[in-house]
Parts: sequence; structure tokens; C-alpha cells
Amino acid sequence: MRCGDFKETYIQDEAIFQSLFVKFWLCLLFLFLLAFPFMANAYLLYVANMIGFAIIGAIGLNLLTGFTGQISLGHAAFLGVGAYTSAILVTRLGFPFWLSVPCAGLVAALAGLIIGIPSLRVKGLYLCIATLAAQFIFEFIFTRWESMTKGITGIHIPPPTIAGYAIKTEKDFYWITLFFVALAVGYARNLIRSRTGRAFIAIRDRDLSAEIIGINLFRYKLSSFAISSFYAGMAGALWMTFLKVVTPDHFPFLLSIQYLAMIIVGGLGSVLGSIFGAVFITLTPEILNYLSEIVKASAPGYEEIFVPMKEVIFGVLIVLFLIFEPRGLAEIWNRIKAFFRLWPFSY
Amino acid sequence: MDILIQVIVTGLATGGLYGLIALGFVLIYKATSVLNLAMGDFMTLGAFVCFTMLTQVKVPFYLALLLTLVSAIVLGIAVERIILRPLIGEPVISVIMVTIGLGIILKGGMYIIWTPIFRSFPQIFPPKPFNLGFAIVPSGLWWGFVFAIIGTIAFLLIFKFSRTGVAMRAVASDQQAALSMGISVRWVFALAWCFGAMAAVIGGIVIGNISGISVYMGDIGLKVLAVIILGGLDSIGGAILAGFIIGVLENLTGLYIDPLVGGGAKDVAPFFILVLILMIRPYGLFGKELIERV
Repeated sequence: MRCGDFKETYIQDEAIFQSLFVKFWLCLLFLFLLAFPFMANAYLLYVANMIGFAIIGAIGLNLLTGFTGQISLGHAAFLGVGAYTSAILVTRLGFPFWLSVPCAGLVAALAGLIIGIPSLRVKGLYLCIATLAAQFIFEFIFTRWESMTKGITGIHIPPPTIAGYAIKTEKDFYWITLFFVALAVGYARNLIRSRTGRAFIAIRDRDLSAEIIGINLFRYKLSSFAISSFYAGMAGALWMTFLKVVTPDHFPFLLSIQYLAMIIVGGLGSVLGSIFGAVFITLTPEILNYLSEIVKASAPGYEEIFVPMKEVIFGVLIVLFLIFEPRGLAEIWNRIKAFFRLWPFSY
Repeated sequence: MDILIQVIVTGLATGGLYGLIALGFVLIYKATSVLNLAMGDFMTLGAFVCFTMLTQVKVPFYLALLLTLVSAIVLGIAVERIILRPLIGEPVISVIMVTIGLGIILKGGMYIIWTPIFRSFPQIFPPKPFNLGFAIVPSGLWWGFVFAIIGTIAFLLIFKFSRTGVAMRAVASDQQAALSMGISVRWVFALAWCFGAMAAVIGGIVIGNISGISVYMGDIGLKVLAVIILGGLDSIGGAILAGFIIGVLENLTGLYIDPLVGGGAKDVAPFFILVLILMIRPYGLFGKELIERV
């Protein structure tokens, strides 16, 4: 009798839904996601939306850093470009919401192409520093190009309307977020098993060998930058439309680090990992907020320690994951799955 | 014309400080190939420790300086042992992120201990501005410059002539060969972190003295990245020279470009320069050419 799951063809190995079991659980998850807004209160829906934006951005960064191996310390800049593009298009040119989001993605992708150009000459540490510089330059542009971005006062974005229906509450927006997240996850999952995705991975593993086996580095590195920034631009546009105001303060260097933390905690080079990481990093400060409320009620005066504690815990998470679980939550998930797959007779 | 000379002189003095902090980056990078992005927070920590020694424990300045240097050594060894050693051989991104994480932890920790209040440093240098004849340098900047130069020369001499320095250079050029000559590579790694941290805390004390200290003063550490890239990541002399160049360019931007865009250009100028250097000459002025192209 066969025991465990066997893959007999390459197509089987590359299938997105590996088994009936997986399909079943995915359907269940999807049903839960559909039912979620009817069970949750406004706060939970707010958190769910934030997680959604984080997932889109994190998948984008993972495509660039996890799959293609190009480190970016400037992801927040691309979110900012997307957010500002959509805000300006909507408020100045009267673009409808559904059109402004892909446009935001496209402009961010263009910005990504420009920032990606140094990656053709430099890599590793040097690329890392180049993207860091891009982060600060974009922050400067957001603040100082006042005729377009209105500087530090920011741009107010009216609530979006779709087919005459104004999206006002967290619940309404949840459907939009869910739609884009599903699209983003589906596209990324398919992309990495295509020629392009395999080229990305080849570049990450050894760029010289990739070039020799016929992968055009110029094309694929830049397309990785473009796709990654497209994701970031969409995430930024959705996020800022949700918050209704966009200011330069929303895109600090720390946000770029948060996104990197998501993919490191979640798992580099794994779409599922990006989702885990986004959920984890978004929920951690919320849980700490909750704890600080409890502390405030029981021992007033001590809750102030939670403000810096958030940062410390965030830093500790990054360091601990890098030292003890460099492949992230996705690897832990795989181990748990492997444990139960043949349980209880695992030998 | 006078204002131009004044700005250039101020730029040179600031540049000296940049050079000193850049030296911290380079010392660590050269020996261990780690770019320590937590350097800014090392600086802040040094400034806070010295500040506490001076105001709470009330020891004279030279003793406070000595104690701060000792704490830098402890910090350097601890960081190298606990955090960096497990990551030897890991990809660049892990190593960079771990130093960023370390920086966040340090910043949060300092926030808890010292609170985010802005403080001014007790007077440790004579307050009289230093008159060069053709330009006047504010006292803090002048003494900072002197400190930076002394620190730099000390590190250069150690590197050039002492047995330890030779060992560090050997490790930098070839770890395996150094190991087979009986040099303890582990010890050199720890030492490099100590030296780097020491350079950072001296920079921190001087900068804290000029512009006051707060948890966020470490952000200057990122600006210094432009300096080390221009000088070449592994060149000590390059770091110093590039420090002067960036310092002057930054202050000139402040003079000529800031009025045009309404301020803020001065702080972002190093990053523009950084991008330019990376496009034209990624290995900097004196860096080792190791860029492979395909």
C-alpha cells in the first residue's frame, strides 16, 4: 500500500492545489473569509483590511527579495509612489477608484524600473544601500514637491465609489481588499511556476550561471523590480484610500524595514510565507495595544512602557527569527504539516 | 565670499566627524564583511552613557570618556558573540537585517531607559568659538574635529604598526591564510567590532556635544553610508577623505539649494551623491574593485 503523497509527473509537482485535502481546506478558508465581515466588529475589520494591504505589499517584496534575491530597503517609497499617484489621479483628474489602483501600480512600477537600474551594475550590499538612498530621496520628494503632493499637510482622498455605490465603512472596503489580495496571491503563485518565476529563482541562486543558461539578467532583474513595485503601488493606493488621507509620514524608512521583517519572519521565497509574515507583523502591535489596555486598567502608569516595547519586540523578533528560524514561519508550517501527514506512524 | 569660506570650513569640520563614524563602519566591514547599520545607535548609546556618567555619577570628563570606551568594548564583543557569530556564512540580507534589528532593539531600549526627551550635553569643551583668521568655527565643531582627527590617527597607527593591526589586516585580506598563520580569526572579529563601536561612541559624544542628544540622533549613521561608499567600503583613508568631501558638499547644498526648494535638501544631499557614486563608480574612490559584471 502506498503511504504519503507521491508525485509522478512534473506537472503534478508544480500544481498549485497539491491534493484534494488542500483544496478542501482552501475552500473552508475562503468561506471563512467570506463570512468574516458578518461576524466581526469594525475594529476587527479594520485590522483585517490592514493585514490585506500588508499581504499585497509583502508578496511584492518577497518576489523581489525572496525570489530574485535583490535586496530592497526602499519598499515604502514604492508604496508612497502608488498612494500619491492614486490620490492625485482621483482628486485632480477625477479618475474612478477602480482605475486609479492599477494606474498607481503602473506608476510605481515605473519608479521601480528606475530604482532597479543600479541593480544591473551593483548587487548585495551595494544594491541595498542604493535602495536605501532611493527611500530617502522619495521621502524628500513627497515632502517637498508641494505643488503635487501638498507637502506635510497631505492629500485628502474622498471615499471611493464603485458603480454608484459609495464605499464608506470598513466592511465595504473589506470586499475590495479581499478581491485584490486574492488576485495578488493568485498571480504571484502562478508567476513563480512560470518561466519568469524560474528565471527569478535562478538569478537569486547564482546570477552568473543564470546568465550562462540563457536568462537575460537585464530583463528579468528589471521585471522583478517592476512587478514588485507594482504590488507595492497597489498596496499603497488601497491603504491610503482606506485611511482617506495620504501624508509623507506614512512612508518612513521604518515601514520598509517592517516589510522586510514580514518576509523574513514569514519566510523568504515563499508566497505563503509572505502571508504569514504580513499577518504576524500586523497583529503583533495590535496585540501589544490590547495588552497595554489591560495594564492600563489594572496598573495605571505602566502602560507607557508599551510604546518603546513595541519597537524592542519588533527588533527582537527580527533577530531571533534570523538566528533560529531563518526560513521563517513557512518552514515551521511545513514541519507541522510533515508531522501530521504520516501521523501517527511517521516511519 | 566670506560666507562661502565659512560654509566650507564648517563642512570640513562636520566632515571630520563623518570620517570618524565612517571609520567605525569600515573597521567592521574590512575585517568581517558586515555592514553594521546599527552604527548610529551605537553612537547614541555612547553619547547617553557618557552623558549619564557626567550628570548622574558626576565623574570628570576624561574618566567618563574612558568608561564609555570600556562600555563600547563590552557592547562590541557582546554583539559579535551573540548576534553576528551565528550568522557567519548566511546571505547578505540576513546579516543586514540582523544589524537593523539590533539598531531597533537598542533604540527601543534607550527609549525605555532615557525616555525620548531631548537633552543638551554638559559643557565639556571651552565655549569660545575658534578663530582661524579667515573663518570662525563654533567651539563644539572645532573640538569635535580635533577629536575625530586624533581618533583617526590613533586607529590608523594601530592598523599600520601594532601586531594587532597587522593581524586585522591579514584577516581582512584572506581569512584562511590568516588562520593558518596562527591568527585567531574569531578574536580579530571581536576586536573589529570593539574598534568599530569605539569609533562610534567617540563620534556620538562629539555630536551629542554639538547638537544635543536624543534617542533619534543615530539617524545620522545612515547619512554616513554615503561617505563610506564614496571612500570605498574597505578603505580607511578613503573614509576620512570622503567624510570631508561629503561634509563640504552637504553644507554647500544647504547654502545654495535649500533656499530654492524650501529647506531639507541638506539632509538628503548625501543620498543623491550616494546614488550618483553607485552609478558611476560603485567601489568608491579607493575601494577594492570586486564588482563582477555579467
